[in-house]
Amino acid sequence: MAGFAQVGVLVLALALIYRPFGGYLAKVYSSPKHTRLERGLYRLFRLDPDAEQRWTGYAVGVLGFSAVSIVFLYALQRLQAVLPLDFDRGAVPPAMAFNTAVSFVTNTNWQSYSGEQALGHTVQLAGLTVQNFASAAVGIAVAIVLLRGFTRASADRLGNFWVDLTRGVLRVLLPISAVFAVLLVSLGVVQSLAAGVDVTNVDGSTSSIALAPAASQEVIKELGTNGGGIFNANSAHPFENPNGWTNLIETFLLLAIPVSLTRTAGLLLGSKKHGYVLLSVMATLWAGLLAITWWAETHTGGAASALAGANMEGKEVRFGIPASALWAASTTGTSTGAVNAMHDSFSGLGGGGALLGMLLGEVAPGGVGSGLYGLLILAIIAMFLAGLMVGRTPEYLGKKLGKREVTCATFAVLAMPTVVLLGTGIAMLVPGTRDALTNNGPHGLAEVLYAYTSAGNNNGSAFAGLTVTSDWFQASLGMAMLLGRFIPIIAVLCLAGSLAAQRRVPETAGTLPVTGPLFASLLTGTVVLVAALTFLPALSLGPIAEALA
Amino acid sequence: MTRTIRRAPEPAAPADLRKPAPTGRIAAGAFHPRQLLAAVPLALRKLNPRHQLANPVLFVVWLGSVLVTALAVLEPTVFAILVAGWLWFTVLFANLAEAVAEGRGKAQAETLRRTKTETVARRIPSDGAHPEPVGAAELAVGDLVIVEAGAVIPADGDVVEGIATVDESAITGESAPVIRESGGDRCAVTGGTTVLSDRIVVRVHSRPGESFVDRMIALVEGSARQKTPNETALSILLSTLTIIFLLAVVALQPMAAFSGGTLSVVVLIALLVCLIPTTIGALLSAIGIAGMDRLVQRNVLASSGRAVEAAGDVSTLLLDKTGTITFGNRQATRLWPCGSATVDELAEAARLASLADDTPEGRSIVALCADEYGLANQPGNVEHGEFVEFSARTRMSGLDLADRRIRKGASSALRDWVTSHGGEFPSAVAEIVDQVSAQGATPLVCAELRAGTARVLGVVQLSDVVKPGMRERFAELREMGIRTVMITGDNRVTASVIAEQAGVDDYLAEATPEDKLRLIRAEQEGGRLVAMTGDGTNDAPALAQADVGVAMNTGTMAAKEAGNMVDLDSDPTKLIEIVRIGKQLLITRGALTTFSIANDLAKYFAILPAMFVAIYPQLDGLNIMRLASPDSAILSAVVFNALVIVALIPLALRGVRYRPVGAAKLLRRNLLLYGLGGIVTPFVGIWLIDLVVRFVHGLG
Repeated sequence: MAGFAQVGVLVLALALIYRPFGGYLAKVYSSPKHTRLERGLYRLFRLDPDAEQRWTGYAVGVLGFSAVSIVFLYALQRLQAVLPLDFDRGAVPPAMAFNTAVSFVTNTNWQSYSGEQALGHTVQLAGLTVQNFASAAVGIAVAIVLLRGFTRASADRLGNFWVDLTRGVLRVLLPISAVFAVLLVSLGVVQSLAAGVDVTNVDGSTSSIALAPAASQEVIKELGTNGGGIFNANSAHPFENPNGWTNLIETFLLLAIPVSLTRTAGLLLGSKKHGYVLLSVMATLWAGLLAITWWAETHTGGAASALAGANMEGKEVRFGIPASALWAASTTGTSTGAVNAMHDSFSGLGGGGALLGMLLGEVAPGGVGSGLYGLLILAIIAMFLAGLMVGRTPEYLGKKLGKREVTCATFAVLAMPTVVLLGTGIAMLVPGTRDALTNNGPHGLAEVLYAYTSAGNNNGSAFAGLTVTSDWFQASLGMAMLLGRFIPIIAVLCLAGSLAAQRRVPETAGTLPVTGPLFASLLTGTVVLVAALTFLPALSLGPIAEALA
Repeated sequence: MTRTIRRAPEPAAPADLRKPAPTGRIAAGAFHPRQLLAAVPLALRKLNPRHQLANPVLFVVWLGSVLVTALAVLEPTVFAILVAGWLWFTVLFANLAEAVAEGRGKAQAETLRRTKTETVARRIPSDGAHPEPVGAAELAVGDLVIVEAGAVIPADGDVVEGIATVDESAITGESAPVIRESGGDRCAVTGGTTVLSDRIVVRVHSRPGESFVDRMIALVEGSARQKTPNETALSILLSTLTIIFLLAVVALQPMAAFSGGTLSVVVLIALLVCLIPTTIGALLSAIGIAGMDRLVQRNVLASSGRAVEAAGDVSTLLLDKTGTITFGNRQATRLWPCGSATVDELAEAARLASLADDTPEGRSIVALCADEYGLANQPGNVEHGEFVEFSARTRMSGLDLADRRIRKGASSALRDWVTSHGGEFPSAVAEIVDQVSAQGATPLVCAELRAGTARVLGVVQLSDVVKPGMRERFAELREMGIRTVMITGDNRVTASVIAEQAGVDDYLAEATPEDKLRLIRAEQEGGRLVAMTGDGTNDAPALAQADVGVAMNTGTMAAKEAGNMVDLDSDPTKLIEIVRIGKQLLITRGALTTFSIANDLAKYFAILPAMFVAIYPQLDGLNIMRLASPDSAILSAVVFNALVIVALIPLALRGVRYRPVGAAKLLRRNLLLYGLGGIVTPFVGIWLIDLVVRFVHGLG
């Protein structure tokens, strides 16, 4: 019952913010006015905020900003030894620094390091937390540009990246983070610049408990669907996520922006109904993932599970099965990757559910911005075939889907499976892989598949059980994150450019309506079928073999 | 109010209009299995790798076949040999689909080519001397040639002098000769047609090898075929799917190795070929050729596949009123007696005055009196009368009998006639005349002169009569999301009445060619695709501007050059059919792609357990079809994958059924049929094939 109540409260809270927050986001990205602070910043960087860019200019902005961010973050880690508040944790090794820099700039937040052992507060605050804001704002900006592509006609300008980035940080992410950080502190989340406290245990031995500015990073970690915990145990750590209430608030923050962006889309596209349809697709997929994980974890065989009443291995007793399943579905569905339970200890089917959440292409409801553009890309693929079946050359939201649009969409769709399948395949051939695994057989395969899936989808959650500190894993997973993030982004921006250049096709009785349950089921079916056809062979050697055993 | 005549009073309606509006498939000639056999040699020739390169999906199959064959030679097992054989069949069947479609076009091209016999032209030299004989192939653009009765017109061109009847049956299949004359809109002649009477001088318009017939041959043969934009986009999507499946299969070997097993290359290739969209890859070009073919069957020639696709997208149809929406001529639809005259008197007089009147109006008055006013059994001719023909000066016609004269004509003309013969023109008549005019119809006053006094009998109402079935057709088009706009030179009043009767969405009255062009531009500005028909030279700019411009074959060469389709029957209503064919083509393409992709699910359930059962025995749980053995399961999937191509060739050529219903309904139907059907069919098919395959020695 308590489980259903949590889901109920979560859904209710999301429903309450849906319209106002979605509307606010739409206003943020379409208002012509700049605040005084923003104008000051634009003057400082000598930017003309009212000069809009072509898709190419916008892409150069995104890529340039991200490249500089990676270099800066890499340098910061390498120079940690000379930075304050490093607590003698020393410079981060090059491979790990590369992996971490890429990971936080691509909104993946895959962590090959252990937070409280490898990084001091300066790198956490000036490096990682900054990227938590920036990478999230980049994701939203790209989604907004795609929406502009649909709404603009015979245009070649798509907005100004620097303005969209600044507004996302200053008007959306920062204010919400500030408010919720205070709330989390009041509920017991730690916020401290100290290295830690020394305690004497009951047996007389002493140990040091690490402290960190957790609350301030915790909010943006969830709100920006980043997921990189300041502590190694992530949101299973009592200092990050002490009780049921903080757990519920953090789950809510995970879903807030991806869910509300469908409202923003509905408003900007001039069809609120279409926004609802997109939301319904995301919600259906999310509910399916939740159901799989919840059912699997309460129906696991084995003596330990029988004794505990459910599969409690790797789960926090203060959360239990429902809150862990709810978190697992939400964190893999949103490309966040933060965890409050160990996914590696899930049952075969439950772990498969978490894996599936990512393999769907991060659209249930997906990361901030990336979920929306990911789903719109899949909608283009679905509409290409469905449009033909109503006897017209395909169109979607008043734009024709021609050669260029399909090419962009296929590039965006192709990137993730390529990275995941090739990455996993090659990793299987690398000699060190077997030694890096704690398991063999289907679960071992699932661990490697999970790692590349997490990286390729910019999720960042880990199945654990796989030691990823070898140079091969640091480099290959880093590349997977880069390709999995930026190929789709470039494709989406290119797509937006070609859509905006088109005229609008007016809607007639011959136009396939995109507002009803028919379109919703078509899109849901496409998402599931694309993932199933791509990954069934790999899954059958992993989670499916494990679940059927 | 005007009344719609219940029966078509004139035999002018084209045959297809009297049938109910066609529903369902647009037939494209019967498909015989014999055509498959006939296409085998061509299909074999297409096994050439250079041909296969054009189609990435099939090229992968071709490469796979070569590889498996090599492996089967190195290590001959029953399984490997059978898989190799069936992979080759897959390639062959794909070629067969294209070959059959091309074969049908070739047959048509052959008929056309027969018109291209070498003719000798009589060219008039530029110095105006005597005509000299030259070969038709030596004619240049601008040359003048003389063609006399019995001679074949040597090249496309315009008549610049004279008038002649021409037999165009070689091009149109229509045996009735047509008239071609200099000037005006009937001046175009086509090379290969025969002059039956008289003598004309033709100015040559086309270079040898580029004539109308040459282009037609190239089109129906498919040699000039280029991929349409939508086909290109679809090919990109299919290539992407191929890449994804290639990755999925390639990554499988190391994963299997990690899991403690090795997969045979033959099995991996079999899986790959089953997964990549071979069905649609094989049928894609056949669907395109067949779409063109369906147009040709209806005597419409499209200049490119792009035009056919555009036809499916059309959202505004511009239709000329006269001849398209209404019958070419106005017809008598009602009698209005007035004054002391009864309706019978009026009918009798109007009929007598019209018996000898051979104009369509006159004939329609006779028909109206016979059908509606009980005069069917009256004698069909007048023995002692003298017919007074209509002239522009008198503006009336009539009949002079021994004891009476009857006149019918324009109101003002009759007023003068009646008053000059001592009669009275009652105000009631003027009222009726105004009333009829206000309805957009033409009033014809009928009067008689008897015993020296003229008397007005009443008014015959002549109206434009909307062809039967047009209203339903426009309703159908509306359902398809297509707006119809009627174009007419009539005034607004007349235009609005006809528009109302015909049920078009809009009309353009007092239209000039410039108005038409402006309307097309305005529609296109709003993102709509426009289709229209035209025949005159002044239609050419609009035809060129329209997305689908159908020129009538009777029209001028300028019109034919400007449009992107030519209707050999010169039937403007065919535009509606062209739109249906375009839509049907796109639906067929989409439906078969969906079917092809949906098939993969069942193939996974056949092949995955077969591949992996040696590694993880529990995966036999996925073998829900209970196929006999791993080998028979894999072979059954390969066989199904090959056979389904052949099974779908007739559908690809014929096109899937199209009903003019709303888009959502259409999609739901097609998704059920080809999406869900595509998921279920292979489960049944593979299971059935396995029932046979399991008895092959060494597989069961």
